[in-house]
Amino acid sequence: MSSEWPLWEIFIRGQHGLNHRHVGSLHAPDAEMAIRNARDVYTRRNEGVSIWVVRSNDITASSPSEKGPLYDPSNSKVYRHPTFYDIPDEIGHM
Amino acid sequence: MYAQLVKSEGSKSRDEMTPEEIAFQDRIDRNEKIEPKEWMPEGYRKTLIRQIGQHAHSEIVGQLPEGNWITRAPTLERKAILLAKVQDEAGHGLYLYCAAETLGVSRDELLEKLHSGNMKYSSIFNYPTLTWADMGAVGWLVDGAAIMNQVPLQRTSYGPYSRAMIRICKEESFHQRQGYDIMMKMCAGTPEQKAMAQDALNRFWYPALMMFGPSDKDSVHSAQSMAWKIKMNTNDELRQKFVDQTVPQAEYLGLTVPDPDLKWNEDKGGYDFSEPDWSEFFAVIAGNGPCNAERLGARVKAWEDGAWFREGLMAHAAKAEDRARAARHAAE
Ligand SMILES: [Fe+2]
Ligand SMILES: [Fe+2]
Repeated sequence: MSSEWPLWEIFIRGQHGLNHRHVGSLHAPDAEMAIRNARDVYTRRNEGVSIWVVRSNDITASSPSEKGPLYDPSNSKVYRHPTFYDIPDEIGHM
Repeated sequence: MYAQLVKSEGSKSRDEMTPEEIAFQDRIDRNEKIEPKEWMPEGYRKTLIRQIGQHAHSEIVGQLPEGNWITRAPTLERKAILLAKVQDEAGHGLYLYCAAETLGVSRDELLEKLHSGNMKYSSIFNYPTLTWADMGAVGWLVDGAAIMNQVPLQRTSYGPYSRAMIRICKEESFHQRQGYDIMMKMCAGTPEQKAMAQDALNRFWYPALMMFGPSDKDSVHSAQSMAWKIKMNTNDELRQKFVDQTVPQAEYLGLTVPDPDLKWNEDKGGYDFSEPDWSEFFAVIAGNGPCNAERLGARVKAWEDGAWFREGLMAHAAKAEDRARAARHAAE
């Protein structure tokens, strides 16, 4: 049996109230150690105020070959963008 | 560089490429990033594993020459700084191993190849660090040379490698500055301290120049790596930039670069300088440098001595998981 520690994906929320962001991965025997290791590997300079760790194996990703078809439907829906609409100048900012 | 001698593929002309390879090259030419699960030529994947792996190994082995001085740093502040610097290098190694793993190689496999001598690390770390001034010279010259190579690699085509390089570059300038700071203190000190700084420069100058790898006329297959944007500049380009940047810094310190032929060349807008002794470089890479056996020995010993600990934590994690599962069943 390989004793290699499983891989974890690390997500960190920075100081300014933004979402947790993926910063990289690391090996650890369990979730608690993954958080401790993430503290040392990814926040040596106060990069974050909150850490999430997720087993890499538990992540389901969209397949790269679907890149086109998966996002196609949104291409034709230009009316979802505010710039689609002409608002007269005299109305001011909207 | 930190990956000085990466075996690569011969380059292909467009007519020799398959349609998939052409589409791939077009993506790279458009500066699109290639991501882990996407199609890539086998040669691209293999070359990257070798290069990122070598780079990671260099960061890890690179902790040893400086680790040598942590317990003997002259002040508590210097000790804390050196400790933080060496810890950063451990982090750099970890970012890079993870980037390599996205290409389908395991961490254990990479370490096994390092320990068996089948993968290399930078020749620079096979030189001894004899005095405290060497901590200055290493930060100033070795990290300085590393930065020269890593800054352009932030734009490399492989997404995870590029992101690792961006993180690393953010941390690297502290390394070089703390080294130069040590040199400034030594050079402003007693004549003995200044002589120590000069001696460190004398010993590290040519090994630092070797970090960029063999001269362009002798470096095989770098064309393919450049086309794939996993190598952004030639070895000689980077070496020249490094010399041009470093000579004025040495002059500021009042130190002499140990090269009698070093001369400003107005026409090319850079210095003419002597090449390092390439036979020494190849000997060190082949395992016959002053500290190869000691460095690799220290890595293998750390790995073997840590086995019981790694296995123990895995066993603990498995037991805790079993207990949690049993508790869930009991509650149902
Ligand atoms: Fe580093
Ligand atoms: Fe560094």
